[in-house]
Amino acid sequence: MSAQNISRRNFIRSSGLAGAALYLGFYLPAAAKESQIVSGNAAENGGIELNAWIRIGADGKVTLTDHRAEMGQGSYQSVPQIIAEELEVNMADVNIIFGQGSQTKYGSQITGGSSTISSSYKKLLQLSATARQMLITAAAAKWAVPASECYAESGSVIHKPSGKKFHYGELVADASKLEPPKDVVLKKRSEYKIIGKPMHRRDTPLKTNGTAIFGIDKRVDGMLFATVERNPRLRGKVKSFDDTGARKVPGVKHVFKVQMPVFNTIREGVAVVATSTWAALKGRRALKIEWDDTGFEHVNTPDIYKKHEELLKTQEGLSLSKQGDPDAVLNGASKKIDVIYQTPYEAHAAMEPLNCAAWYQVDKIEVWGPIQAPDWVQGDLAKQYKLKPEQVTVNMTFLGGGFGRKAFLDYPAEAVIISKEINAPVLVVWTREDDITQGPFRAGMSYRFEGAIENDGIAAIKVRAAGQNIEHWNGPDRGKPNDSISEGFLKPYLKNIKNVSIADVPYEMPVPNMWWRSVYASTNGFAYESFMDEMAHAAGADPLEFRRKYLQGDESCQALIDKLEEVSGWKSREPNGGYGVSITECFGSNVGQVVKVSKSDSRRLNIDHVWAVMDCGWYVNPDIIRAQVEGSIVMALGAATTHEITFKDGMVEQKNFYAYKMPRINDIPPIEVHIMENTSDATGVGEPGLPPFSAALTNAIFDLTGKRIRKLPFDLGAVV
Amino acid sequence: MISLNINQKDYQVDADPDMPLLWAIRDLAGLTGTKFGCGVAQCGACVVHLNGEAVRSCVTKVSRAAGQKIVTIEGLSQNNDHRLQIAWNEANVPQCGYCHSGQIMSAAVLLRENPNPTDEDIDMAMSGNICRCGTYLRIRKAIHLAAEMQRKESSSR
Repeated sequence: MSAQNISRRNFIRSSGLAGAALYLGFYLPAAAKESQIVSGNAAENGGIELNAWIRIGADGKVTLTDHRAEMGQGSYQSVPQIIAEELEVNMADVNIIFGQGSQTKYGSQITGGSSTISSSYKKLLQLSATARQMLITAAAAKWAVPASECYAESGSVIHKPSGKKFHYGELVADASKLEPPKDVVLKKRSEYKIIGKPMHRRDTPLKTNGTAIFGIDKRVDGMLFATVERNPRLRGKVKSFDDTGARKVPGVKHVFKVQMPVFNTIREGVAVVATSTWAALKGRRALKIEWDDTGFEHVNTPDIYKKHEELLKTQEGLSLSKQGDPDAVLNGASKKIDVIYQTPYEAHAAMEPLNCAAWYQVDKIEVWGPIQAPDWVQGDLAKQYKLKPEQVTVNMTFLGGGFGRKAFLDYPAEAVIISKEINAPVLVVWTREDDITQGPFRAGMSYRFEGAIENDGIAAIKVRAAGQNIEHWNGPDRGKPNDSISEGFLKPYLKNIKNVSIADVPYEMPVPNMWWRSVYASTNGFAYESFMDEMAHAAGADPLEFRRKYLQGDESCQALIDKLEEVSGWKSREPNGGYGVSITECFGSNVGQVVKVSKSDSRRLNIDHVWAVMDCGWYVNPDIIRAQVEGSIVMALGAATTHEITFKDGMVEQKNFYAYKMPRINDIPPIEVHIMENTSDATGVGEPGLPPFSAALTNAIFDLTGKRIRKLPFDLGAVV
Repeated sequence: MISLNINQKDYQVDADPDMPLLWAIRDLAGLTGTKFGCGVAQCGACVVHLNGEAVRSCVTKVSRAAGQKIVTIEGLSQNNDHRLQIAWNEANVPQCGYCHSGQIMSAAVLLRENPNPTDEDIDMAMSGNICRCGTYLRIRKAIHLAAEMQRKESSSR
């Protein structure tokens, strides 16, 4: 028996899925580019470990797997909704489970880049239709009738002429012996009964009665609770610590120094482990720690932006893209704009603070947590502890928000370090203060935009961006430009504007950065689309018409603009009525937004309405999409008007929500979301709604007041 | 030992008198539906009912709750059939879902005190609860739906 066979058997046993059942999954041969579909039976004989999304038991119970993290974006509903459609089962009849981390079973599992649906829907449709076809073939053989006389519906195969029926459960034993067909026919979109419908999310009942298990809710027999006091300056060492007081706190069991790799640096702290979270927190408060941050630059926020400006005024930077000769045009232009836009550092601040449960047991490690990339965590831990991937089990719980932060490997790694030290399962809980002050953060950015106007149009655009490059935390190559500094900018603009250059002026800072919902587009969107508005104004053009003109030739952008114009009543608006528009691209989806503002009696600026049009191509659940766009707009509103991370003497100034202020229910304008209907492939949903908002808002403020806002965040109460 | 009555069940917990009720509920009584969000009464994720009033359990000492009547999200209804739970499902409110135990517990007190809340009443009562996913518009919608259900129930009585 081969080692692979043993592992396959272990997989079945440990998953509790033994018995007559039909498994289907994708086997990804190491050398093959395309995955091939194999059935459980074939996989067993071939000694292959499966990546099953679908499990049908002999009892007819259908279990569908969500292989991506559920962090609010709806994969727990939308992944099964795709499978159920082609498998012909009712959503109400299926169980849904989370897949454990495994690159070999599922391929990439990173819930990031708004890729849950766009990167997997085609293979999920294919996989589910293949399973359905095998069940039909098995039924036809049992009845000795042509398969063409049979069809599947609601978890059964029906013989049309006779009305005979087999439940899927009665067919799985036979079906699992079949070779998966290669020529299944997928349904047309017009035939869908489940996809495209605004079904209620299956996780809502769990999230309204306290039964949804998030990372922080995970309990294991013998588990202890831990918290870590980490260096407030993010870098440097623990010089010494006195744990006398901490050890006196009832319930405190262990106190020790923890060294945690963060990218290519080490973060040090002191862990306190106790019988309850509270005892650990109380013990932590009693710690006396002396830090050594020799060599760490004590950064101050005003200096960061001053440095950005200096760089943008004196350096050309590394060229990312260039067409025509914008420098020559700008030199000879009579009408020019030369402006700087700035955006703040931001924390992710998911409502569930970082946490992770871990149990290190020498020859195996098990982790449970709110984890965006379980396959990465598995690979990382296997490498660190020199184990095989199958010795590392990574379980995803529900995530109480992620926004990019929970794709980072540090907090699961830290939990394992602590479990190993105490030789017991442990739940490590970060406080809100830890969560906000420790980063990694969205990088604050500055942009210099120069534009030349000729003949009431754009003659040239020159863009330079300065800000930290996330890539530099993984890759040491400083000679390459940050290739994310044009994310958000609609590519068709480049076909219609002759002279354009975009360059990255490198800026380094010792504070770690990480993806933050929509990544660089979250800040680029503000700069690029504010500038487009300034150019339109300088050219004396209507801002929406101006964009239409420079997006000509691109049908989807034109259709999006038509829709935005229609739903927002753009044409019938009053002159200087407080309307602003912005359109960006993010993870393949174009989103346009119009914001309407007005002055209230108290002279406070009101946001009266937001219209959003999302073009994400093929889609699964329109109400989840609307919810994602609504949420993206609220998150953008916060980053534009209520919160920012600032540094003073190398430390984050905002410690909790009293200083890092979130938008609240009374801050939220009416939001109306429209989804484009077209035949394009699926593109991102969870993030693309965020980038256009801040520019649509500030463009609206300019329309109403003539005041141009070029630095975020700004105070809505201080505009007028 | 401190005795706590949570969702009509008695628990004996070995807690420091100054332990916040939140941690006694979560770590000692083992009811994890009540969430830790900020620890300083800023976000509302930890809201529970203490003798029928909404309190932030992260800043309520367990000694204050001893012997009192505590209701957590797990005790709001037997079968997920509280009108707010039904309305939350109807309006597809939760995204990540983490804050909604607290949101619903705050909303339950609002609906008891004010059966006909306006948007402004809802904003006033709910502005202590943060939702980072930005589900606020749906929260407002769901509270209106639940209020309507409540009115229909009382008029048909």
